[in-house]
Amino acid sequence: MATMQSPAADPAMKPGLDYGAAFKDACLAGIIAFLIFGLLLGYETQQTLTNQIILVPRTMLLAGVVAIVVIGRFLINLWSAHRAQTLKTAPTKTTNPLLLKLEAQAGPAFLIAAVLFPAIVIIANGELQSSRYLVDLGILLLTYVMLGWGLNVVVGLAGLLDLGYVAFYAVGAYTYALLATTLVKLPGLEWLAPWMFWICLPVSGLLAALWGVILGFPVLRLRGDYLAIVTLAFGEIIRLVLINWVDVTNGGAGISSIPRPTFFGLPFSAADNGFAATFGITFDPMHRIIFLYYVIVALAAVTFIVTLRLRRLPIGRAWEALREDEIACRSLGINTTNTKLTAFSIGAMFGGFAGCFFAARQGFISPESFVFMESAIILAIVVLGGLGSMLGVIIATMVLIGGPEMLRNVESLRLVFGSDFDPTKYRMLILGIGMVLIMIWKPRGLISTREPTVTLGKKAQAISGDFVKEGHG
Amino acid sequence: MAGQPSLGQGQGIVEYFAQQLINGVTLGSIYGLIAIGYTMVFGIIGMVNFAHGDLFMVSSFIALLVFLFVTTIVGITSLFITLTIVLLASMFLTSLINWVIEKSAYRPLRGSFRLAPLISAIGMSILLMNFIQVAQGARNKPLAPMLTDVIKIAGEGNFVVAISYKQIVIVAVTALLLAVFWYLVQRTPLGRAQRACEQDSRMAALLGINVDRTISITFVMGAALAAVAGTMYLVYYGVVNFADGFVPGVKAFTAAVLGGIGSLPGAVVGGLLIGLIETFWSAYFSIEYKDVAAFSILAVVLIFMPQGLLGKPEVEKV
Amino acid sequence: MQVPLWEHDTILSVERLTMRFGGLIAINELSFKAARGHITAVIGPNGAGKTTVFNCITGFYKPTEGRLVLYHGKPGSDLLTPLTDGATPDISDQQGRVFLLERLPDYLVAQKARVARTFQNIRLFSGMTVLENLLVAQHNHLMRASGWTLKGILGLKSYRQAEAAAIAKARQWLERIHLTARADDAAGALPYGDQRRLEIARAMCSDPQLLCLDEPAAGLNPKESGELNALLRGIRAEGLTSILLIEHDMSVVMEISDHVVVLDYGTKISDGTPDFVRNDPKVIAAYLGAEDEGEVKAIEAEVGV
Repeated sequence: MATMQSPAADPAMKPGLDYGAAFKDACLAGIIAFLIFGLLLGYETQQTLTNQIILVPRTMLLAGVVAIVVIGRFLINLWSAHRAQTLKTAPTKTTNPLLLKLEAQAGPAFLIAAVLFPAIVIIANGELQSSRYLVDLGILLLTYVMLGWGLNVVVGLAGLLDLGYVAFYAVGAYTYALLATTLVKLPGLEWLAPWMFWICLPVSGLLAALWGVILGFPVLRLRGDYLAIVTLAFGEIIRLVLINWVDVTNGGAGISSIPRPTFFGLPFSAADNGFAATFGITFDPMHRIIFLYYVIVALAAVTFIVTLRLRRLPIGRAWEALREDEIACRSLGINTTNTKLTAFSIGAMFGGFAGCFFAARQGFISPESFVFMESAIILAIVVLGGLGSMLGVIIATMVLIGGPEMLRNVESLRLVFGSDFDPTKYRMLILGIGMVLIMIWKPRGLISTREPTVTLGKKAQAISGDFVKEGHG
Repeated sequence: MAGQPSLGQGQGIVEYFAQQLINGVTLGSIYGLIAIGYTMVFGIIGMVNFAHGDLFMVSSFIALLVFLFVTTIVGITSLFITLTIVLLASMFLTSLINWVIEKSAYRPLRGSFRLAPLISAIGMSILLMNFIQVAQGARNKPLAPMLTDVIKIAGEGNFVVAISYKQIVIVAVTALLLAVFWYLVQRTPLGRAQRACEQDSRMAALLGINVDRTISITFVMGAALAAVAGTMYLVYYGVVNFADGFVPGVKAFTAAVLGGIGSLPGAVVGGLLIGLIETFWSAYFSIEYKDVAAFSILAVVLIFMPQGLLGKPEVEKV
Repeated sequence: MQVPLWEHDTILSVERLTMRFGGLIAINELSFKAARGHITAVIGPNGAGKTTVFNCITGFYKPTEGRLVLYHGKPGSDLLTPLTDGATPDISDQQGRVFLLERLPDYLVAQKARVARTFQNIRLFSGMTVLENLLVAQHNHLMRASGWTLKGILGLKSYRQAEAAAIAKARQWLERIHLTARADDAAGALPYGDQRRLEIARAMCSDPQLLCLDEPAAGLNPKESGELNALLRGIRAEGLTSILLIEHDMSVVMEISDHVVVLDYGTKISDGTPDFVRNDPKVIAAYLGAEDEGEVKAIEAEVGV
């Protein structure tokens, strides 16, 4: 918690490099840290063979953490005092102009980068198998980018705070899993098996959109935090139903052996009618991974293009107007319920597509994948990126998902902390700290400006985030 | 959550009902205590403190650690003294944690973008949960059962109505602390300052109320009550896990909403109701769907009577 | 005395309108009529219930009692009784259509009955550009043109033409309110007076039959007030939209209104031409003030509290 000691939070700090005061304050922080961490970190609870819990002291760890807090707090104090002296006027808060230029070209640039990514990775590695980790990571990141873009329609454009978005992801995934595993067993439908993914993809999206309407209809007149909580409740209800309705969903055990997607009918197998044999290349399991990668690239690209188009249409402008002022919308004859529902269901549809893809990629799904934390992470991606910003979603995904994932590979951490150090354990912890810190640093997200959807003049000027509202529902 | 005796055939129906009533009130007191933290923070700064459920879980861990520390390292054998120390220490440390959290994660965001404190709170919730997981492990932490004696109230044979000592302790401590708390917010200048900030924090500041400090104290009070709940939870169930914050947190929030968010008596009434509904639902319908029931109540209440049972209705301003 | 225009060419007829909030009676049996093509002003001191009347007319509040009749064209007078007895919100014949506004939700009052409004505390889409604000006002028309988004997403020509027409209309209004140069700026970045005029232009872009303005002159300096009056006179001269406005500052009202209704404590105390109202002893007593209390109110009205 040392890192959370924000300088702005301490009114007692006066400007001026007063080392004594800074030190005193740091010592106070140390005492507080000692009190807080004294037991929580200072002792480890261990279970004995007789199921007794005993306390094992971890004095060094505690001392280290307290020392970090004291030193960190001291340095922050000095730094903030120094800054208060040198900066008499607050710097104006604008988004980096470079980012603004990027935002305009984000779509195409990102698409090109995404398309080239596997090729670069494979060339760099020299062969297919060793590239698997990075391509898998690419699939993971793109899935979150797609989910972020889908939720962005709901939260960023329409200003509706949805904490249960993962429910639609689950609807998409279970639609595919259930349809694919039951349909192929039906007599006379076996020939459908290779095409299952392509049949179920639109069905998943449509069903998720339908659920968006069903869940959205009663709740969309609620405002602000209430809407957030109801959507959270719905998300949890769907998950609990998935766990408990064992006859259909197989409960917590999940659904396995979900048919994998095929190359438009050609399975990725070593068989004679497989992808590799048909194209006369040697079979490699990486073919499927790369194919999956391009499927999610295509899905994300569709999401991007459709969202961009919708934004420039009356419906998209109505979403944004709704975020800005719902009462004014009603005074202009806009049916706000329908407008909210379209935003909710289109966001849900993208979630459903992503869910279908997820189920096909994993081959196994269980309710464990659709916990509230997933919704929170997707929402964090949207908010940290900057509401409404497509580029923001990409950057936030890289930071929040890619960053902690990268920890896995940093060998030097093992050298510091010992060989049994597992950085992935700290992934979520770092995610939590990151969310808090980024909010304090940039409450409006990394990209807070808004692109106009239509202009009279030639040059589009981005609108400062100070004018853009966040919606109340 | 609590183990229930199986439903008797024909006879013992009244006893079974009475037993569920006792269990429900016990559980409800725990929810009520957590709900007060939600309702007070929402009342004063209009924010759903997402991390409150996890704070409750942290307080439960603190209680566990203090209990082990006091019994094994200090070596106090009297259960009464131990539990008193555990309760007070957990209240103090949890309050301190919430004070730091408010000061570092929420205060810098006050008056900023409305979503920012919510995201910060979600981040804090993830942080608390995973901090405990990293620091104390992911496994359940069981504690040897205590206060296991029961008092038979009625019935005989298999159909008894019993109230255990720990249930008595939980309900009594809850009632006592609620009385103290009630006195604090209704009869002291501090309570007046809180209510003033609730009505109009800018005006309150103009009238010389230290709004920041009042909000800090609100968080501290909410945390102290959550710590009472956390300690009681540990005593009642004898086990705690790093993931135990979320579901009780949502249920307590449901209680706050059901009672009418912003209303303190509402939080207690809502907590008792949720505790009773959950217990009776598990006892008479299906234990699997008890959480579905709680979440459904939350959704239904928010949709059809967002002002709750004891809250004030909101008029849309045009 | 000749029959005033609002009695025989009525656009809006407020009949025995009563609005209660709990025990408080905000409006008590208020009746008045507004004429087609007129600028009708509802005036009264603060707290007289003016905005509440507006919120009832525009569907944001459901009146406790009373009838709000809006006429498109000149439908037969025999339509009103079957409409009132029936359950539908509107009825029409060859000559026109009659609406009972209290039966319509707020957005349909704007969409179907074509009543547009502005707000006392300006409600622009402040993070959107000036041009976007004017396009959102044409939402329903553009939604139809975009085939409920389907044609739009495919980029069909018919939609592109409709959008170009909508932009042209917006541009025309921008010229009228002298904001063409700022078309691509955030609405929230405009000065206060410009925001007021933009809000009126936005309402006008929805092609209303009746335009309701809630204190349009509040907070404006004399120059901005002048521009506003010119804008309203221009709308009146076109004769397509009737205007109903609320003011508590009588001097603004007297300049541009054809018809003035005076409210005090939720009841009507005077109704007539500006000249008639100005000389009505009841108005002078209650509003401009003969006694100490009245003077206070008049002063309050002057400074625009």
